[in-house]
Amino acid sequence: MTDAAIQRDLLQMIPAQLERGIPLIIGSCGTCGSNQGVDNVATICRSILKELGLSARIAKIYSEQEPAEIETYLKRGAVAPLAPMKDLSVETIRACRRIVALAGHIPFVKALEAGADIVLAGRATDTAVISAFALMHGFPPAPAWHAAKIAECGGICTEDVQLGGVMIDIDAGGFTVEPLHKENRCTPRSVSAHMLYENSDPFKLVEPGIVLHVNEAVYTALDERRVRVTGATAQETAPTIKLEGARHAGYQTVSFVGIADPGLLANIDSWIEALSIHARKRIAGVLGYTVGDYDIDFRPYGAGALNPLPAGTVPAEVGLMVVVTAETQEKASEILKLCNPLLLHFPYKRNAPLPSFAFPYSPAEIERGPVYEFCLNHVVEVNEPGELHRMVIEEAGQ
Amino acid sequence: MSISRLGDLDVYIRSKNAGPFWVTIDIFCGSRETYHEIDASGVINATGIADLYGANSNLVRIFHVEDLNVLKISFPRPYPQGHARDRDQHSGQYFVRLLDLTLPGKQA
Repeated sequence: MTDAAIQRDLLQMIPAQLERGIPLIIGSCGTCGSNQGVDNVATICRSILKELGLSARIAKIYSEQEPAEIETYLKRGAVAPLAPMKDLSVETIRACRRIVALAGHIPFVKALEAGADIVLAGRATDTAVISAFALMHGFPPAPAWHAAKIAECGGICTEDVQLGGVMIDIDAGGFTVEPLHKENRCTPRSVSAHMLYENSDPFKLVEPGIVLHVNEAVYTALDERRVRVTGATAQETAPTIKLEGARHAGYQTVSFVGIADPGLLANIDSWIEALSIHARKRIAGVLGYTVGDYDIDFRPYGAGALNPLPAGTVPAEVGLMVVVTAETQEKASEILKLCNPLLLHFPYKRNAPLPSFAFPYSPAEIERGPVYEFCLNHVVEVNEPGELHRMVIEEAGQ
Repeated sequence: MSISRLGDLDVYIRSKNAGPFWVTIDIFCGSRETYHEIDASGVINATGIADLYGANSNLVRIFHVEDLNVLKISFPRPYPQGHARDRDQHSGQYFVRLLDLTLPGKQA
């Protein structure tokens, strides 16, 4: 999200929060939950408070981890992999550009107990943001976490996902979910289906210190719009906190060529194979780079880049994207520029007349800058559920 | 009428990431009958899914969510999200390959 979009949302929420005395809780500030994301949202909050002549207590919860700190957990044997990953190595920790730990509900509870009006957290589980308030007030974990999972994506648990968010009402025995928009509906189907969403196991939800089981959950329509949910169970587990980390995976330069030549399109697979072999030979011969020095990927969008085409299908047009990844931007661009004449003309069979392809822009290369790939899918066993998260409280505004 | 493809049945199929290392695909069958038809056909099995997506068959998980008439499939992504070769950062198009699965005994 851009700062302008965050500001627009907060301009609605902050005055309403202060007027009604309801804490405003935001998780994963700046999307990835970096310290910088938290500070950025805090800056926007401060400027809104100043502009409106209001004041508020802001709690900032930081999720970024020092690599050296994670190494000490690793040495203690307190880090475990989640499938499909293997054991964590020191090299992987050191290769991470950033490491964040997913906060469960405990850091939020601490912030609320410290009297925060606004809680801004770095990386947190989506559900912890919602469950924390109910858990702080002593409601049992099963309805609190189950309600939080159902409400995590707002309107996705409703029949018309375009019509905004939901209100949840948690009690000791379960919870009720109701859409905010009067024309929208929650049904047992729409609510129970949300357990599947972005969750690899539809019957359980793993959260810091707890596993929620919904095999026995019952979803009952109270009326046309509201659904009552009961029957989930919660199993307490050792306090573990999940890490996310991404490493720098080189620099990319990309090029895109439009192909509509029917003769070539009938032979697109063999043409790409020949082009690939020829390009690699040229890169080795002219620049001296071998296969391990760079990565080149030919992606024929329209001809099976994402999914194989049924046999015998000839597409009408293909956009060939060529993606080069190398250790520096200069090297990635150098390699792609060398391929440029091949993209301009490369026949699909020997002695065929030279074809020409459509370049949508000039120069043909676009430098994408650095690219990052996720490389941590591990949990840390902690002694105390809040120990990886640091809280700073400030009085902001007047 | 003879139906041959999964995609021609009354189904809604979606795919998404379940974290940066897993793909999850939900097959919402329009009726209990369709759910049973697909399930009984055996086309949704760990080995077949592993072959289709280049995944480790030992890690392919298949769930039966009968209350919703849903078959759910989860497996590790062939590349982690953001990898230089990742072509679908949120796994939004992984479901398409399932549309062409043929139900045995239903060849057109």
